[in-house]
Amino acid sequence: MTVLVDKNSKIIIQGFTGKMGSFHADEMIKYGSNVVGGVTPGKGGSKHLNLPVFNTVKDAVNETGADSSILFVPPAFAADSAMEAADAGIKICVAIVDGIPSHDMIRIKRYMRRYTKSSKMTLVGPNCAGIISPGKSMLGIMPGHIYKEGRIGIISRSGTLGYEAAQQLKNLNIGVSTSVGIGGDPINGSSFRDIIEKFETDDETDAILMIGEIGGPQEVAAGEFAKENMKKPVIAYIAGLTAPKGRVMGHAGAIVSAYGESAIEKVEILKECGITISKNPSVMGDTVKSVLEKM
Amino acid sequence: MDIHEYQAKKILSNFGVTIPRGGIVYSPENAENKAREIGGSRWVVKAQIHSGARGKAGGIIVCNTPLEVAQATDKLLGKKLVTNQTGPEGKIVNRIYIEEATDIEKELYLGLVFDRSSESIMVVASTEGGMSVEEISKEKPETIIRSKIEVAVGMQNFQARELAFGLGIEPELIRRASDTIIGCYKAFSELDATMVEVNPLVISKQKQILALDCKMSFDNNAMFRRSQVSELRDKTQEDSKEIFASDRGLNYVSLDGNIGNIINGAGLAMASMDMIKLAGGAPANFLDVGGGATPEKIVKAFKLVTMDEKVKVILVNIFAGINRCDWVAEGIVDALKKIEIKVPLVIRLAGTNVEKGNQILKESKINYIEANTLEDAANKAVAALNK
Repeated sequence: MTVLVDKNSKIIIQGFTGKMGSFHADEMIKYGSNVVGGVTPGKGGSKHLNLPVFNTVKDAVNETGADSSILFVPPAFAADSAMEAADAGIKICVAIVDGIPSHDMIRIKRYMRRYTKSSKMTLVGPNCAGIISPGKSMLGIMPGHIYKEGRIGIISRSGTLGYEAAQQLKNLNIGVSTSVGIGGDPINGSSFRDIIEKFETDDETDAILMIGEIGGPQEVAAGEFAKENMKKPVIAYIAGLTAPKGRVMGHAGAIVSAYGESAIEKVEILKECGITISKNPSVMGDTVKSVLEKM
Repeated sequence: MDIHEYQAKKILSNFGVTIPRGGIVYSPENAENKAREIGGSRWVVKAQIHSGARGKAGGIIVCNTPLEVAQATDKLLGKKLVTNQTGPEGKIVNRIYIEEATDIEKELYLGLVFDRSSESIMVVASTEGGMSVEEISKEKPETIIRSKIEVAVGMQNFQARELAFGLGIEPELIRRASDTIIGCYKAFSELDATMVEVNPLVISKQKQILALDCKMSFDNNAMFRRSQVSELRDKTQEDSKEIFASDRGLNYVSLDGNIGNIINGAGLAMASMDMIKLAGGAPANFLDVGGGATPEKIVKAFKLVTMDEKVKVILVNIFAGINRCDWVAEGIVDALKKIEIKVPLVIRLAGTNVEKGNQILKESKINYIEANTLEDAANKAVAALNK
């Protein structure tokens, strides 16, 4: 088992025939992901990249048996597309798009409350790099070749900082079981805690690297969960030591507005939860290595 | 996006919140007339800048005659007000709001924000209006009452009533108070706000419930569907470099240090700033050119960073994924043909085709310092500063 995606994942692209959708669908196919088709309303029945195009997600699921989707639709329509995926029975949906209004994210999450736990879709993102299980499947926009196959789980808000970590690990000959980008927005589909829990029960993951940043309560919530419930070691780096209070640092969610949201405060709280801190972003790989050596 | 007090008041009054009579002016002559038009015998002249704590900075003046109103307006217009929220450079006053003075009996606090833990809208209220919410939570935390609103069904009357009773409001005013609270909630949820703060919300001696000062912020991501709100943007209240950046699709925050940054991705940008600090330097800015780091964005980023006179070294840190390093390197070389850089330049490339990228930089004969890791880049930038 790998977290969220594997070789059997049947992937559809929502916003398939657009520029972004086409480009990344092609990249995913080249990586070996099992892309089975896509959805662009109004273009159903045609072919794109030699794959079938459907008008609705339901049609795509019925015809192809798809269980995973990735969204490349503009922010104004993204909430609608995510809810369509949930309703069609998609199990994993990754929203790459940056710029979804917070009120829309709340609407998606409330909409999904109608499903029971076993039938509920897992939404990852928005404003994220997606998911990769190296050597198996990529449901995202990352450069696949920087990830070596292995047994470390990565969870990151930031895309490029997640790449940096994967590269540092690869340079130390350490591989990754799955890397999940949860995105930089204030309200996201899956939190650090949601994903860390999946890694704890994943028999292909030995340790977890969590890459957080200023703003919001999610890193601390994951730390508290790890302290109470986890046996696997967790390593964390929190970006934004120099970020001024009350300013948005690129990611809509990267803003310090309450106690416990600055990098220093998060690091202190995570340490108390028994999490090993990578003291700077240049030693994320080394810190993972030293934890592995002690296991 | 932030708006002015008078704009927020107008919005709230459309949602049924009572505000004191007032009007906006741009000159002392208009001010005198405006005071007469508003009527009454005392007026408050309020400088409109995107900041709280204006009173302490001298931005709010109480006047007893229309002539005094004109004089106060004259004094404030064109002035830069420095508050504890504006930074040392302050913010310019171009608009004055004149309001009839209110006989205050009681000052309350009312704020609405997104609660990221529960993913709902949180209403926060306190009997200690007039202080900032940070001060209230530090000095009088026992006075704070909260109500979590389920966004799917909206705020219910009983929730507003509970808050009003919790604030100790007398029974005959409860109805009016709960309508005020619900009005603020509706403004928040219907206009894609991220913050509504009425501080103080006052009960006047005439038993009116009035929003005496208020602030609203909005979700930038939702402005595509809120044209009436986005029209309220006042660029004179923003940093000129930040406007240049936002107009060109760059994420930029001006900071106090002297090492300029050009980085792709917000997380990597924050991480690079952290490394600069740990190496003993200080970043002049946060600048995220976007995960893709297209050549066009890199040219714009160089323009932006070189606009800042504080910058003594420029650090470029790009982790190229799908957008290979060779492509990024060509973008950098192209940018440097168009823009003259007078300070040392440190470049760190990583990711796809890094060797090819570094090769292109070397062969281009541009004057730069090559770095390999995040740490190496930060150390070299700080060392270049000290040369």
